[in-house]
Amino acid sequence: MTPARKRPYAWDFRAAGEPFVWSMGGALVIGILMIIGFLIFVVYNGILTFYPEPLYVVKLKDNKQIAGEFFRAEVYKLEPEALKGLPENVRKEIADQKGFANRNLYRIGNFDLYNEDFRWTPTHDIVETSTPKDMFFVERVEWGPFIGRITKLDLNGQIIQGSDVNMATLDQAVAQATKRRARIRQIERSEMGEVNHHLEKGRLGLRKVALSRGEESPEYRSAKDEYEAKAEKWRARHEELAREAESIKERDGKYTITLAEVNGQEKQLKLSDIVRLYPANRLTVTEKLHIYLSRWWEFLSQEPREANTEGGVMPAIFGTFCMTALLALAVAPFGVVAALYLREYAKQGRVVSLVRICVNNLAGVPSIVYGIFGLGFFAYLVGGSIDQLFFPERLPSPTFGTGGLLWASLTLALLTVPVVIVATEEALAAVPQSMREGSLACGASKWQTIKHIVLPRAMPGIMTGLILAMARGAQEVAPLMLVGVVKIAPELPIDGIFPYLHLERSFMHLGFHIYDVGFQSRNSEAARPMVYVTTLLLIGMVLALNAASIVVRNRLKKKFLAGHF
Amino acid sequence: MRESGNGETVYHAKQGPEGSLLTIEDFSLWYSGKQALFDVSMQVEKGFVTALIGPSGCGKSTLLRAINRMNDLIAGLRTRGRILLGDTDIYNPSVDVIALRKAMGMVFQKPNPFPMSIAANVIYPLRVDGVRDKSILRETVERALRQAALWDEVKDRLQDNALGLSGGQQQRLCIARAIAADPDVLLMDEPCSALDPVATGKIEDLIDDLRGRYTIIIVTHNMQQAARVSDNTAFMYLGALIECGETSTIFTNPKVKKTMEYVTGRFG
Repeated sequence: MTPARKRPYAWDFRAAGEPFVWSMGGALVIGILMIIGFLIFVVYNGILTFYPEPLYVVKLKDNKQIAGEFFRAEVYKLEPEALKGLPENVRKEIADQKGFANRNLYRIGNFDLYNEDFRWTPTHDIVETSTPKDMFFVERVEWGPFIGRITKLDLNGQIIQGSDVNMATLDQAVAQATKRRARIRQIERSEMGEVNHHLEKGRLGLRKVALSRGEESPEYRSAKDEYEAKAEKWRARHEELAREAESIKERDGKYTITLAEVNGQEKQLKLSDIVRLYPANRLTVTEKLHIYLSRWWEFLSQEPREANTEGGVMPAIFGTFCMTALLALAVAPFGVVAALYLREYAKQGRVVSLVRICVNNLAGVPSIVYGIFGLGFFAYLVGGSIDQLFFPERLPSPTFGTGGLLWASLTLALLTVPVVIVATEEALAAVPQSMREGSLACGASKWQTIKHIVLPRAMPGIMTGLILAMARGAQEVAPLMLVGVVKIAPELPIDGIFPYLHLERSFMHLGFHIYDVGFQSRNSEAARPMVYVTTLLLIGMVLALNAASIVVRNRLKKKFLAGHF
Repeated sequence: MRESGNGETVYHAKQGPEGSLLTIEDFSLWYSGKQALFDVSMQVEKGFVTALIGPSGCGKSTLLRAINRMNDLIAGLRTRGRILLGDTDIYNPSVDVIALRKAMGMVFQKPNPFPMSIAANVIYPLRVDGVRDKSILRETVERALRQAALWDEVKDRLQDNALGLSGGQQQRLCIARAIAADPDVLLMDEPCSALDPVATGKIEDLIDDLRGRYTIIIVTHNMQQAARVSDNTAFMYLGALIECGETSTIFTNPKVKKTMEYVTGRFG
């Protein structure tokens, strides 16, 4: 008889797969940490951007002063030549730090006077740092912020010296000036814009008659007379508006403020050039919060200024919204119908598998390729033909024959249609066969079954896919650069002029705005906070879309899948 | 008692007073080359409950689904022989399968109410038929639910989602739906297999109530159920119809040995 085999009851390391469990968990943790780290980074920087900082006046060794917001500190290595000019004790200190020294970056503003917004100051050059109460931070319409003291306020002849200016008077004067600026802007932009629109429309109408009937025809002559009469009226209106604007401007010029930068150099500004001003070192927390919120409001509701580095992003939000909405309108029926045919009607076989593979691969095509296709096909071919047929009087300047809202939306619809098709197919496949059989057994046709049973039941999945596609479309930038996104759009795609929704117009987009502000602006340091805030906004929008998708899906699920035994 | 295997079906079915409604003649069926039914011939008496019994995979569900052509959904299906409803061959190419299914209600193994209200479930067959008249629809809801013995339980919540009902109620709702359009034939494919004994008892009572009003064909795995509810029983084995006869005879004194073995639980 063979002796009883000894069984090993010890824990088997390899069989339990412990290392794999750890590495799987580790991979997940690394992924999550990266996402959380990125979000914290963006949220932290984005949220703090608009909070008013104190203004420091820094006295330097050469008796000059600089004033500004402290931006950041940095350790840097000094060149040997730079060391030579320094006093003995500083040299020793630097030598102790192995040749490194500290320096601070201040946002000094006053670009019109200094030709720079930011200045590095080595800490060993600083004699004294103070936060005087009379320093003002002045946000201007042009030239970025001014940092300095108020020397004089001139309210249409009523002169108040700097030391006597109280905040209530100042705020009231600025508020009135802002109203004047808004009025001038309204006259010049919308009212005169409307007149110009009518003039242009009349001119194009005349050109259309000329193109169809010839310039010698009687129709042309009567049209021309009519146009001249109308144009006369419009030109008179234009003059009138221009005079009104001029008179407001003249009055506006009498309200000025004189500011002095920290070393005493003066600068006179019209009050209407000021967006906001505040004594940064005198603010209470409530006032700071008020400024913080008003900056956010400006950011969300105003147009950009200063080559997009200041002001708001409202046109970009609006453009992104319009584009995404149009994209959803285009992609939803298209994708759902295609998926319905693929899943419900097409004979499942090699051809359908091939189509399915192609659809999946389409999702992997670089988005810039879609941009090129959109430009070539939609803008040049389709848009060019539309121009030839419907807008010949405007040629050679293109109407639809160039990038615009419609073409951008359609290009992105093409880009995201695989997402919708795949999601819809999965949702359709998840509808239990018993439902379809139940419906067919009731004498419903296949189409009735799809309409009444399959589609409602698949709706949560379809909606989820659709919203994912919208989120993907909203954050896409590369193809848009070719098919209609611009740095600054002169007009919004929706306005009060017929036909209200202008699909041919170019538009602004948050994603492109981030790229433009971050990498294309004159002063990347000044633009950086805007990049964070805009990124935060875009992430917030995508997050909101995804949250909406979850809510919609759960609602529909509750409605359709609440079965239990 | 006869040995099976000679391919002959033994018939001793009870004749109905109104004659037969459905005639199956030498019906064979292939799923992509694999034969599932072998020359099945039988008659279904009008107003009777006919049970189809047999071990798993014997083709009883296939036969049932051949009657309202639900098998059409399967790719690679081929049939031979005829199934006559009255004197119409339902496999004749000129027959509209949708119209055919309107003449037959079907109840499935698992309750499959649609994700809509109770009332909407019941009137679904009428809705796809294009009936818009509110009063007809309302009458139908009440009649069908009463016939399905569900009316008293749901009359106050007709607009509630049907998925909120219990399993047994859902199955009775499916029966109400199947009879809403007043079909000639009611096909039931193991209607109680997903239900508890109490719900099963209710469905069996209901089948008993519906006897005479509809011609019912019921597939079941439960021999007691077949014995309780049916007038005639057909025993199928390996795709062939072995014996088709009066229920009491099938269960007490079958003419074929195979049937005997099955009903006494020796295999299956």
